[in-house]
Amino acid sequence: MEITVMHQIMEWNEDVSAAVKATLDAHKTCLINVMGSPGAGKTTLLTALIATLRPRYRIGVIEGDIAGQIDAEKIADLGIPVVQLDTDGACHIEAESVRHMLPHFDLENLDILFVENIGNLVCPAEFNIGESFRIAVLSVPEGDDKVQKYPLMFSTCDGLVLNKYDMLPYFDFEDTRVEADALGVNPSVAVFRVSARGGAGVAELAAWVAAKTDAALAAATPAQKAENTPTKEEPPCA
Amino acid sequence: MHEMAITESLLRITLAEAAKAGATRVTALHIKMGAYADIVPTILREYFAIAARGTAAEGARVEIGRIPVTMRCRTCGWQGPVDKLHIRCGGCAGTDLQLLTGREFYLESLEAE
Repeated sequence: MEITVMHQIMEWNEDVSAAVKATLDAHKTCLINVMGSPGAGKTTLLTALIATLRPRYRIGVIEGDIAGQIDAEKIADLGIPVVQLDTDGACHIEAESVRHMLPHFDLENLDILFVENIGNLVCPAEFNIGESFRIAVLSVPEGDDKVQKYPLMFSTCDGLVLNKYDMLPYFDFEDTRVEADALGVNPSVAVFRVSARGGAGVAELAAWVAAKTDAALAAATPAQKAENTPTKEEPPCA
Repeated sequence: MHEMAITESLLRITLAEAAKAGATRVTALHIKMGAYADIVPTILREYFAIAARGTAAEGARVEIGRIPVTMRCRTCGWQGPVDKLHIRCGGCAGTDLQLLTGREFYLESLEAE
């Protein structure tokens, strides 16, 4: 016999992602999913962003790693609420893991919850985790062919940070090629040239994050309404 | 590596749907996958073969049909296939496009006994 099924295979994650988003919306908290390779500078970038944004927003961080808590300790040193999420080998964070982390935060007193995803250019892009928007971090030493080689991550992000931009003279990295490739897979992506360590470009990026956060918080619907809304994946270029 | 988590979900759905239909053995799965899905079909098949051992879906064929990326232009109304690496309207070359297909990833049907 033939059985018609028509069942979304990612449903287990999509449903939980929608539930996480609804919980955050109810508390007026904006989750920002930060993705990129190991060593791209995600933690350093978050540290720089937190310093710029904290006068205006109450910020928390979920630090995703396969093991250890080196990154969480760096964020905790700033006096920011942080929880380490060790995936124990898994290559990405799923919405369910984020749901388990939420009770560790006082969401009533949090405006932004950054999630630093597992260092990986492939798998995290497949999993929504209740985010309002996504930032991809690509550093100059990684090479200018990464958008072509790993298009999914760059096609689903809202902002692309070209980090370690101060290293440009030392690498064969054509930033205009990267920008053109990124716009090719994602015409609405915002591209930023940043040196998280030195601080160049951080203010511009922080202003964009603030504007996106304000828009997300203004659009946050009450939890009940959000739960009744069918989940729908965002098109990459909406 | 994320194919393992996806395979487990696929097996759960398969076994639940087969049981619901009163089937005792699943012989084939028909999956639809959009061009945006970063899932490797051969790995999915291999993982499924292992995960399904000892279940009603042991030895089932996993067939994967691909769905191309299509978009609609918000500027000129054109709609059609788009190269996901170079997103441009096929009519006016604009970039304000709405995704129509390409993100699908679902179990369409089962062949069962």
